[in-house]
Amino acid sequence: MTTSRRAPFLAAVLAALVATTSLAACGSDDSGSTKEKTLTVFAAASLTGTFTELGKKFEADHPGVKVTFNFAGSSDLVSQITEGAPADVFASADTKNMDKLAAADLDGQEPENFASNTLEIVTPPGNPEKIATFADLARKGVDLVICAPEVPCGSAARTVASSAGVTLKPVSEEQSVKDVLAKVAAGEAEAGLVYVTDVKAAGDTVDGIVFPESSSAVNLYPITTVKDSKNADLAAAFVQLVLGSVGQGVLSAAGFARP
Amino acid sequence: MSRTRTAGLPGWLYAPAALGAAFVLLPLVAIVAKVDWANFLDLITSESSRAALALSLRTSAASTALCVLIGVPMALVLARTTFPGQRILRSLVLLPLVLPPVVGGLALLYTFGRRGLLGHTLEVLDIRIAFSTIAVVLAQTFVSLPFLVVSLEGSLRTAGDRYETVAASLGARPTTVLRRITLPLVLPGLLAGAVLSFARAMGEFGATITFAGSLQGVTRTLPLEIYLQRESDPDAAVALALVLVVVAVLVIAWLRPERAAR
Repeated sequence: MTTSRRAPFLAAVLAALVATTSLAACGSDDSGSTKEKTLTVFAAASLTGTFTELGKKFEADHPGVKVTFNFAGSSDLVSQITEGAPADVFASADTKNMDKLAAADLDGQEPENFASNTLEIVTPPGNPEKIATFADLARKGVDLVICAPEVPCGSAARTVASSAGVTLKPVSEEQSVKDVLAKVAAGEAEAGLVYVTDVKAAGDTVDGIVFPESSSAVNLYPITTVKDSKNADLAAAFVQLVLGSVGQGVLSAAGFARP
Repeated sequence: MSRTRTAGLPGWLYAPAALGAAFVLLPLVAIVAKVDWANFLDLITSESSRAALALSLRTSAASTALCVLIGVPMALVLARTTFPGQRILRSLVLLPLVLPPVVGGLALLYTFGRRGLLGHTLEVLDIRIAFSTIAVVLAQTFVSLPFLVVSLEGSLRTAGDRYETVAASLGARPTTVLRRITLPLVLPGLLAGAVLSFARAMGEFGATITFAGSLQGVTRTLPLEIYLQRESDPDAAVALALVLVVVAVLVIAWLRPERAAR
């Protein structure tokens, strides 16, 4: 009797454990190929498209080398590297997080800026609220979504707003620029602030509106090799690829500006 | 008094069992060790922390109440009646238990969102759910409802329907039987289910961030605040995480198996 009484309780507790552990699991992959050399690149999430393309080019130029990526928020990546994750190259979406790596004395060479990105207004297709200027974002009745000030895109939004003298009243402050984009593309929000490159990558699912005030917050993207990398030469070669004409071509095609 | 031989356990079993216990307990020790005790109170009483905690308590209480309101009738129907397709329905209703919360959030978005299944109806009624506290309560109710239904249905089946049959044969109406016999009989199971639902609601993250958004005091619950603080103030994130661990420990203490089996 006791056991049959406890069984549902135990089942529920077990299920509770299963359900709660599936919180945001951050993917950091560890490649264990034996013959090939593997270059591990930690890069900001906004570089997913461009760096994947550059990785393929790098593999073509260096037979026997496999490039694996860990794309995530820059601050997540820095804390993973300082906690001992095996990275050869680190590309950040802002200088603040690169400075954290340098402060931990883990940068293998002087970090160099390779791209820059600015904010752009994003709306659902057709721009239902007829947003035309930055000031329109503060209009009553416009459901605006931006990034939280704690993350780079949010601090950029805050800088732009204060230099433009506009008080933004967002209905939500999201965790990442991708979350902002998703809520606008789904039509839940009528406007959002994301990076120029995000608008370009989103294609037809959203409309983008460039605004002059965005120049007051330019995000610089620095790159460096990681100290104690087992593939220091390959890491340096990858950094050169990004800084060189091939890398710059891929980046500018995706909407990145020169630093 | 001589020792009686019991079957006992093979000795080698203790090593993996101890390893398993360490696997569960070590992370808890690690988080306690990481807490900045000198500033602990300041960290958990900052404006954003208090807003998140208050919101989490409010929404979790609301969603638990909602779970009881709709979960008790569901459990009663599932435990006390038979109808075609009942088994399939039970499995489907329990789906949020095993569904990734992010998927639950997407499903809710496609139901209650502006362009969702009910979006047009809600627009006509001038009800706006997205980015509101109601969205948080809906997300939490969606993921925690099965906890209440499962534990209450279990209690109902274990309690059996003998007393109900007797009461009915003595002329009690169904509502009287429910009020005077059934519910008092399964009250411990109902409470256990409600506490589990509350705990699950407090910890809800995936469905909330996908469906409700994140704004201080409106939709940014404690888990969302922890996830955000991690970016800029890891000490605050750890302190708040400990608050959630304490809530979880209290829930487990409340649900001690002896208590649930009483």
